[in-house]
Amino acid sequence: MRARILFLGVLIGVACALPFLVSSYRTFQLTLVLVYAIALLGLNILTGYNGQISLGHGAFYALGAYCAAILIDRAGAPYWAVVPAAGGVCLVAGFLFGLPALRLEGLYLALATFALGVAMPQLLKYHHLEKWTGGVQGIVIAKPEAPFGIPLEADRWLYFFTLGVTLLMFLLGWNLLRGRIGRALVAIRDQHVASEAMGIHNALYKSLAFGVSAMFTGVAGALGALAVQFVAPDSFGVFLSIVFLVGIVVGGLASISGALYGALFIQFIPNIADEISKAAPWAIFGVFMIGFVYLMPTGVAGAIRLLLTRRRAP
Amino acid sequence: MTLDAVIFQVLAGLATGGIYASLALALVMIYHATHLVNFAQGEMAMFTTYIAWSLINAGMPYWPVFLLTVGIAFILGILIERIVVRPVENAPVLAVVVVFIGLLVILNSVAGWIYSYTIKSFPSPFPRQPILGIHYISAHELGAIGVTLAVLALLYAFFRFTPLGLAMRAAAQNPESSRLVGIRVGWMLALGWGLAASVGAVAGMMVAPVVYLDPNMMSGILLYAFAAALLGGIDSPGGAVLGGFTVGVLENVLGAFVIGNELKLAVALVLIVGVLLVKPSGFFGRVYVTRV
Repeated sequence: MRARILFLGVLIGVACALPFLVSSYRTFQLTLVLVYAIALLGLNILTGYNGQISLGHGAFYALGAYCAAILIDRAGAPYWAVVPAAGGVCLVAGFLFGLPALRLEGLYLALATFALGVAMPQLLKYHHLEKWTGGVQGIVIAKPEAPFGIPLEADRWLYFFTLGVTLLMFLLGWNLLRGRIGRALVAIRDQHVASEAMGIHNALYKSLAFGVSAMFTGVAGALGALAVQFVAPDSFGVFLSIVFLVGIVVGGLASISGALYGALFIQFIPNIADEISKAAPWAIFGVFMIGFVYLMPTGVAGAIRLLLTRRRAP
Repeated sequence: MTLDAVIFQVLAGLATGGIYASLALALVMIYHATHLVNFAQGEMAMFTTYIAWSLINAGMPYWPVFLLTVGIAFILGILIERIVVRPVENAPVLAVVVVFIGLLVILNSVAGWIYSYTIKSFPSPFPRQPILGIHYISAHELGAIGVTLAVLALLYAFFRFTPLGLAMRAAAQNPESSRLVGIRVGWMLALGWGLAASVGAVAGMMVAPVVYLDPNMMSGILLYAFAAALLGGIDSPGGAVLGGFTVGVLENVLGAFVIGNELKLAVALVLIVGVLLVKPSGFFGRVYVTRV
């Protein structure tokens, strides 16, 4: 336990020092890693822990991003206020989508969420909503400046802001998953009949899991919109949802630290692969997805856990 | 909204519906045999259509290319089943879905890699001017409906009248007993995948002249095919075809007169969620009762 706290402290220390060691473009990329980590944690709560497959989480990310952009652009809301607002909207939206999803199991839920993911860009382009969403053009937002005269440039300030939110969300997720609620979610995933018999309210937990998961992803979407300074329908297609799926499969299903590994993977692998060909990142994603299912179903987090337990018990 | 316009939209809907029906039929065939929904079905169709495109560009005439492509798709389907799908046959649903999505992504990017992402036109085997003086429907649309119905008739005859078709149906319905009477169940599943890939290839070649050829051409069509398959009942081939035509007409008529073309994909989303909620077995699907 003590080693774990020490490790976490070192990790946070490194995370704080990193932006001063690299260029502001790399800082921007690191911000996106944190953003993806939150989104992946959200998807993992639903798919990894609760066993409800979502192939449409890009839609909730889009919802969060658009909430943030519209609040800033049309209502002039401050940037720190839009993040919880986006989370709240997505919590409600996720809970509502989770209600019909209760009746769908496994493959069928995957189908329904896949449809949501594919249809989302079209919904965002809908011309009656253009007043708010800006239609195909999307919305451009300004990058927030550091407050109280802190001598930090905008990119680095946003990184620290995102880091703070990330720590908060991970604390929240860890608290949620380590106790009674987390065990209930896993029980529903593994044996839903038995869990019902044990007195777990399956329907309530499942739709709550959907809501909380969407909230995490929505918060990530809002932060992502702030970092990229731009939202447009076509950046939130079904492939975004697939990227998230790649992230949790590679990082590790049903693991909190896995979200971070997955985020690093989906942020930096395309950068490296882009140098080969425009199509290469996706080919690599596909190969990794299938490869991990065959060879390493617990992902990077699972492999690390295995290594640690082997070293401890020779 | 004149009568003329309505007839026009309904016929156009039937033409696209035929394509949805073919792809839905491919989905149903795989579902029927393995109880899996193949998310990569659309990309498989797209990929084989690209193969047809290269063959045509190499100077071969259309119909030989058509047959050759159907054959290549058959082999591709069998290979995919043997190499990629077989290892996860008894894995949890999530693993299967991830593998299918992985396959989708790989086929999509490989097509983009080889053929680039620029949009290409694909020839139609049917004449340009409307046949028989019917101005409501183009020759290609009429031809696409005809090809769909022909494929359906062939499949029906295959499953109904040939020993191999009977063996495949048996393997899907009761694998254990089929194995006992000497049917090689694993190979029957692979053949099912091959056939489904062939049917998908036909759908791809029929839709490519309309939507043009590009690596992402199938994502919307796959969604409509899902809706069609669910509407007809996901394990009923006849239902899938009827569902396909229904979805095609609904999509066109609603798109033209009610909600506008921008929200056409939302029709599929609403249909999928709606059918799953209200009547998960669709029009003709069987209702399964499982013991707890």
